[in-house]
Amino acid sequence: MQRWPVLLFLAWVCFLFFAGIGLFMSGFLLTRIELDISSSCADPLLPPPWERQGLPPGSCWAPQRFSKAVIVIIDALHFEFARFNPAKTSPLPYENKLSFLHHLATSQPHHARLYRFRADPPTATMQRIKGLTTGSLPTFIDVGSNFATYAIQEDNLLAQLVQNGRRVVFMGDDTWEGLFPKKFFRSYFFPSFNVKDLHTVDDGILQHLYPTVDSGEWDVLIAHFLGVDHCGHKHGPDHPEMAKKLTQMNEMLRSLVDHLGNDTLLLVAGDHGMTETGDHGGDSEKEVNAALFVYSKTPLFVTVPPEEPEAVPQVNLVPTVALLLGVPIPYSNIGEVMAELFSGDGDAVSAALQQLSVYHINAKQVDRFLHSYSLVAQDLPAEQLQHLQQLFSSAVEEHTELLAQVQGATLVPPELESRLGSLISRFQLYLREARALCTQSWARFHPLRMVGGCTLIATSCLLCYMASELAASSDSFYRRCLLYPLLWGLMVALLLGLAHAFTQEGLDLLLVSSWAAAASQLGFFWHWWGQHPKRARLLGSQPPLASAGLKQRLRAWLGLAFPMGILLFRCGAMFSDSFVVAEARVAPFLLASLVMLLVGKLHWDGRLTVPEGPKQQFLSFSSYRREIWYLLCLVAMLLVCVRLSGFFHQCREEIPQCRPSLFLSPLASLRNTRAKNLFYLLCVALLAGLVYAVRSWLRHYGNLNSSDPLVLFVRWGFPLVVLCIACYWAVASSADDSLGKLQELVQVAVVAFPWAVYGLASVGLLLLLCNPMTVFAKDTRESAGSIVTPYLGVPTSEVDFLHVIPQIYKRMQESQKSRLERGTCRAAVAAYGLGSVYSAALVIALTLLGFLLMLLHNERLSLAFLLLFLEAFVLLHIHSRARGLAGDAEPFSVPWYAVISWLLAASQFFYSTGHQPIFPAIHWNAAFVGFHLDHSTNLLPAVLVGANTFASHILFAVSCPLLLLWPFVCEMPSSQKKKPKKEPREELQEVEEHMMEMRLRESPEKFSTALLQLGLKYLFVLGTQLLACVCAAMILRRHLMVWKVFAPKFLFESLGFMVSSICLLLGISLVMRVDCAVSTWFNQLQLR
Amino acid sequence: MKEAEIRRLLAANLLCVFSIILSAVVPSFFWDGFTVLGTHLAWLCICSVCVSTLNIILHLVLKPNQSHKRSSFAHKISRFLKCCIYFFMSCILFHAIIVLYGAPLIESVTETFLFAVLLSTFTTLQCLCMLGPNIQAWIRVFSKNGAMSIWESSLQITTICSILGAWFGAFPIPLDWDRPWQVWPISCSLGATFGYVAGLIIAPLWIHWNRKQLTYKSR
Ligand SMILES: [Zn+2]
Ligand SMILES: [Zn+2]
Repeated sequence: MQRWPVLLFLAWVCFLFFAGIGLFMSGFLLTRIELDISSSCADPLLPPPWERQGLPPGSCWAPQRFSKAVIVIIDALHFEFARFNPAKTSPLPYENKLSFLHHLATSQPHHARLYRFRADPPTATMQRIKGLTTGSLPTFIDVGSNFATYAIQEDNLLAQLVQNGRRVVFMGDDTWEGLFPKKFFRSYFFPSFNVKDLHTVDDGILQHLYPTVDSGEWDVLIAHFLGVDHCGHKHGPDHPEMAKKLTQMNEMLRSLVDHLGNDTLLLVAGDHGMTETGDHGGDSEKEVNAALFVYSKTPLFVTVPPEEPEAVPQVNLVPTVALLLGVPIPYSNIGEVMAELFSGDGDAVSAALQQLSVYHINAKQVDRFLHSYSLVAQDLPAEQLQHLQQLFSSAVEEHTELLAQVQGATLVPPELESRLGSLISRFQLYLREARALCTQSWARFHPLRMVGGCTLIATSCLLCYMASELAASSDSFYRRCLLYPLLWGLMVALLLGLAHAFTQEGLDLLLVSSWAAAASQLGFFWHWWGQHPKRARLLGSQPPLASAGLKQRLRAWLGLAFPMGILLFRCGAMFSDSFVVAEARVAPFLLASLVMLLVGKLHWDGRLTVPEGPKQQFLSFSSYRREIWYLLCLVAMLLVCVRLSGFFHQCREEIPQCRPSLFLSPLASLRNTRAKNLFYLLCVALLAGLVYAVRSWLRHYGNLNSSDPLVLFVRWGFPLVVLCIACYWAVASSADDSLGKLQELVQVAVVAFPWAVYGLASVGLLLLLCNPMTVFAKDTRESAGSIVTPYLGVPTSEVDFLHVIPQIYKRMQESQKSRLERGTCRAAVAAYGLGSVYSAALVIALTLLGFLLMLLHNERLSLAFLLLFLEAFVLLHIHSRARGLAGDAEPFSVPWYAVISWLLAASQFFYSTGHQPIFPAIHWNAAFVGFHLDHSTNLLPAVLVGANTFASHILFAVSCPLLLLWPFVCEMPSSQKKKPKKEPREELQEVEEHMMEMRLRESPEKFSTALLQLGLKYLFVLGTQLLACVCAAMILRRHLMVWKVFAPKFLFESLGFMVSSICLLLGISLVMRVDCAVSTWFNQLQLR
Repeated sequence: MKEAEIRRLLAANLLCVFSIILSAVVPSFFWDGFTVLGTHLAWLCICSVCVSTLNIILHLVLKPNQSHKRSSFAHKISRFLKCCIYFFMSCILFHAIIVLYGAPLIESVTETFLFAVLLSTFTTLQCLCMLGPNIQAWIRVFSKNGAMSIWESSLQITTICSILGAWFGAFPIPLDWDRPWQVWPISCSLGATFGYVAGLIIAPLWIHWNRKQLTYKSR
């Protein structure tokens, strides 16, 4: 049996997928590290003072210019909506509607100004709100934030305002509630979720806006209107409804300005723009082009506005507002102050000096941030950071020098002005380059990488499919389809490495590995194509055969249509946000349909009925075989399992009427003591039941007779594990206060019991790896020669050895027969449990894994796990029955429907173990099973939480080889069941008559090919699901729900893929380990 | 003879289609506020009753299955009772399967049951009319090459189409379109009805198209 090539092939395919995932992720998910440092008034960032400017006491960093501010955010206020062009005779619905802004800007040019407001992608509202308050470029994953909540942990404008004693009042979009919990002095939140609802939020704000403004109990008022955005999503911008909405906004602004005092700054801003269809989220010109309008009743600007409004990056608002209101700039800000707002009312020189000091503060703050950031993360290139550092220090130096000269009055105005101007532009240059550097690494999709990753995954899927069709266990296959492609890949990787070494550039490991993956794929397809024409020519020489082959192939394709159709539905569902949200119900539905279709198809093909005799063809109707009832019972059981598993679902916020399952909360949270005890007893009883079931299964197949350490572990260790889990549950679920003095003991027990389980489980797995044989051999031979007589001496080669195994069976059979005839016992070797040795090892491993995973979940989710085991068992039985009934010619290939149903069950139980593909639904408490609140590293909690989240992926992937083994295990006549099991001799017979899994041993070549095929099929189905997710995330990156639904789904799916593929490899290697052990066992048997 | 029989089949099927259309339109003349979507349960009942009566009448008139020998009155009664029991059992079975497929267990039991009744009308009732309470005949008809007349072929097609329609009808339920017909079980029952209608129309055409290939075993 070729073990290494199979594993290597699968690992190679996994690597191809991983490279694709990595490439796509690097283009799609931009990450950034959040710093949890905050700015404060005491920070030493002040510029050197100069004569005419002294900080008034109580101000912070810069003199406060406004005591109050009203920030009106009109969601999706595109720049074109705010611009007013009087020359236009027939404006579109969205044009020329905000006439009041135009009126202010023209009648009071020193008080008001309109800007283009450039939003940074991703242009989703939540990311924009983060950007507008932190002054940074939020990416989808801001590493360091707590995944369980959406609350902003970074330093931000609101936190600074609150910290400095300002009263912040908010009204509008309830997204802010999650982002800034308990930050507001007063707040009026309105639901933002329903995109179809244009008015609830806006009308709610209007109801409270003016009374609040008039009451004066606020320092900063934020109003976030959603109507324009929702109108865009519902109707698009080019619609009369949009005109109504914008007119309403215009009226709102008109009366708001009437209510404002002289000391108030008014900002009207759009968080992003919208496309022609009214969507946003991406980085196209229309989406990033929002509007910003600044107004105050006291003069703000020295100069008149330019003809074409200036463009201002969105992050610039944060430092500007912070300094205008006299609070520190948030720590992570990378924006640049809008200098014209700081010019004051003096002459040109003093205005420039004032602007310079603001720039100085801003630059120092950005420099401080870049320095702290580069200490924790490496994603900003070092050379550029150094260059920025130089720019900064030279500008600061010159500023100090200049101020000294100003104080010494050595400079005369014309020269002074030019020096001031050049210094300002140097500060500007520094700030802009710093922002550009950050933008480059944080806020840009890389379409090329996305497409590349997608293509890599798609071609890997194709490769899996073709290789699974092609796989033949010849050396030439491995050479052609594995060795050469690997060499190609290695060569390309080497070349790239050399090229990098020559050009002295940093080596991007991801790019190198993707190029290597692409090259090795190319190699595979090249060699596959090279093989192909030969076959075609062969077929061409025999035309009639060819046509028959075509017909057969067509029929095979039709047979494939039904499982593949279900897979297609599943993949299609990934492209709709509603279906992704409802996937917890879609997967079981499809699973049930697949199984029903399978039974229906068997019936339609007449496999379920007894074949009619030719004579009585018309007289008697066909009747069902007896097995059909068994099959129907299994199907009914499966459907019941599928339905019951629906009781363990977690909720998503997209479905407001959903109530999370009762079983998800820990037992400790139950008030009712009786219910708690009952549930506890039920969980423990079911756990004991699982152990009993596994043990009786093993006993049934004779795998519990030997006295190997592994079998002893199954006999004694399993109950011990259950005992430990039960004790842990008891301790963990007991009420804390009722124990009194025992408190300390409980603290120890809460840690000790999980560790006992971890220890026992790892001992079990080690034993399994060391000696996975659960076979009990009873040697009653009289002389060694009697059994291996065909071969004198030791077999010299593997080939010889292969012939021996059937010989042993034959021998056993003969001796058995003779024994039965003669009534005497002179049997040779009785091997108990040899026929199910592979499955037994897998079942033991799975049970241990199941214990571990159950420990990581809440107590009552063990019910879901038991359901999982039951459903997997039923599925396996249905599969093997269907195989038996369909009478397949190829027992070594696992049909597609089995693989697809296996994976559907895996994703069904992802949901049924209380998970959802969103971050707030992750079970974080899994990280503390067996640990006291503290972890020294991040790795261990990540592993624990990951194992908890992907529990069903792990179990189903490891047990995947059972799909191949089970039909062999189930190959038993009904008569066998009648025999008493206690008598060892009867079991002996069982092994002799039915070789079961030893059929696989008989043809090791086929066995390894079958494992390879199974693995490839599994990876193909997993890969297609992944591909659908990836494509959905890529195509729908403008979708309203991309950051809430598609991106998290993609992330969970790709992590699930990685976990599944690794576990699949582990499962297959476990089977191979057993195979090794079986080989040595036979060897020893022979030598004895 | 075959052509004539196909024509008869077509006429019968068109009558069924017509009855479904009538069941959706006519009650609104007598009952203010009747719509298929608004008063869905009433429509479910009316449609089931219409289709089943029409099917029974058609069966009595056309007698597609002439193989029965004359039998006694008691035999007929027992046959009828058996049919009723079978129909009821199929309703229960459909209900159970629908619930297992994910329909709510306790809420909207009436809706689910009436949907099960509608499905049974489209499938089981037809089998009962055509084949009688003879499970083995059903098994034969619903397997490859099992149909023995064009009536049985038509039965195959309409049954499969109705079930497929009900299956596809479940797809729009999770979508966030907020349409009235996305409420359980409206989309499914509409799907089943459209599937049934499609089956009724497709069956004669398909048989006509494939009349060369279709060679039925004679009894
Ligand atoms: Zn928005
Ligand atoms: Zn929007």
